[in-house]
Amino acid sequence: MKRLAAFSAILLFFLVLPLFIESRFWLGFWTTTLFFALLGQSWNILGGYGGQVSFGHAVFFGTGAYVSAVLQVRLGLDAWTSAAIAVAAGALVGAFIGALSFRYGLRGSYFALVTLAFAEVFRVLVNAWDFTGSGFGMLVPMKPGAANLQFADRTWFYYAILLLVFLAYAITWRVERSRFGAYLLAIRENEDAARALGINAFRIKLAAITLSGAMAAVAGVFYIQYYLFVDSHVGYGPAMSVNALLAPLIGGAGTVLGPLIGAIALGSLAELTSLWLGKQPGVNLLAFGVLLLVILRFLPNGLMGLLRGRS
Amino acid sequence: MAVLEARGIVKRFGGLVAVSDASLEAHAGRITALIGPNGAGKTTLFAIVAGFLQPDGGSVKFDGRDITGMAPHRVCRLGVVRTFQIVQPFGALSVRENIAVGSHLHERSRARALHEAEKIARQVGMQAQLDKPAQGLTIAGRKRLELARALATQPRLLLLDEVMAGLTPTEVNEIVAVIRSIRDAGVTILLIEHVMQAVMSLSDDIYVLNQGRIIAHGGPREIASDAQVIEAYLGRRTAHA
Repeated sequence: MKRLAAFSAILLFFLVLPLFIESRFWLGFWTTTLFFALLGQSWNILGGYGGQVSFGHAVFFGTGAYVSAVLQVRLGLDAWTSAAIAVAAGALVGAFIGALSFRYGLRGSYFALVTLAFAEVFRVLVNAWDFTGSGFGMLVPMKPGAANLQFADRTWFYYAILLLVFLAYAITWRVERSRFGAYLLAIRENEDAARALGINAFRIKLAAITLSGAMAAVAGVFYIQYYLFVDSHVGYGPAMSVNALLAPLIGGAGTVLGPLIGAIALGSLAELTSLWLGKQPGVNLLAFGVLLLVILRFLPNGLMGLLRGRS
Repeated sequence: MAVLEARGIVKRFGGLVAVSDASLEAHAGRITALIGPNGAGKTTLFAIVAGFLQPDGGSVKFDGRDITGMAPHRVCRLGVVRTFQIVQPFGALSVRENIAVGSHLHERSRARALHEAEKIARQVGMQAQLDKPAQGLTIAGRKRLELARALATQPRLLLLDEVMAGLTPTEVNEIVAVIRSIRDAGVTILLIEHVMQAVMSLSDDIYVLNQGRIIAHGGPREIASDAQVIEAYLGRRTAHA
């Protein structure tokens, strides 16, 4: 009950937030923060709850962004249909990578490396193929209108990502309270013991990576509609993979609100560093690195661990 | 009636023959013990029965059904569950959540699985530790948790791998009582144990494994006076003295 109240209070905060924001800059800040909270939650389902640490989550994000862009630009499909297919594609890529790596029992750093390798392969492929825009990337023409999932008023984008984040967090909340969630945690804690208790570890992990892939693809779809541009480095580059895991790790992996808390912390830190140290590229990454080290050393359960009391 | 029937099990690790032509049976509603010196192949045999290792020869039948080489989760769903000699708790989860993972095998609802976990915890005397994280338990607590989790799956055959090792005599007596009550509830038990006093008082039937072979089989009294068994445990001179 207490957690439900906290959940509602946070939702209320985000619902009324635009009423108090006057600058376009801060609206953009909160929109991107929510975007990273969504991407982080997709990682959290697989990595935080399931203990399958992905280092190439860009592979799902990029698939969402690219499939949606290619379908709209090359095949002339409408934005809604493209979005639906893109999310399905993200799920499919998740199922494919999962089937391949879990079938052969890849765990820990080996699994992480395989996900990274897949992201890199996709990056090289879209970069080489004219159909996917090769080195230029994909540019979606600006045509504001609900039918095109584009909004002239940026506040609509804010509410769109808020809705997506709400849905993703509601799903995670449900997962946490289900048998599926209990099995995911059991596999994270001890896969052999889980198998001995009748858990089909392969199937549970496969379901988790499929759900995770679909959720990251939703983030990709939002990204392409918001920025109307994606290239191979943004879509499949390691930076997006790192962003996906940074928010949950700092906020608290394996907790519903961890990725959101982490995304807010990271977004604020990025703004503070550029305020104090100027806008040199890379300074915010340096700050993220330091924050991650401090968190891992003193708060292994992330900022959520601090909220819950250090037990 | 034999619930479990292992026939001619062979397992090699490279050049080492860990289990060599071992056969044993566990009968319904009885406690069968598997004893033997360290490295005799007892845990390997357990792992084969539970599906964790593929045998190089032989067959395992449960309820007359061939389960040789079947995946662990499928073996468990048929009603065979093992505990681990080196305890494997879900460390970050509470005792209640640990046990509920077992309950989920036949109970989809989270609330009911957690509720059932409380009942199981009472059965093994862990009700006071329900909300404790498993990693904070003592060794005796962890052994009990292994037992509770396995029990929560509602098994028909329970494979207990040294659940008494490292316990004080008082703790051994407590767990012996628990195991007896599980047997009385109709669960067939096969256990590996080094605590002889417990083996002798609990078991209806004992198999002795030495260097991968079954060297003796019988009731507690027969085994205690078997020359081969004494030799395997204490050496040749003692046996012939």
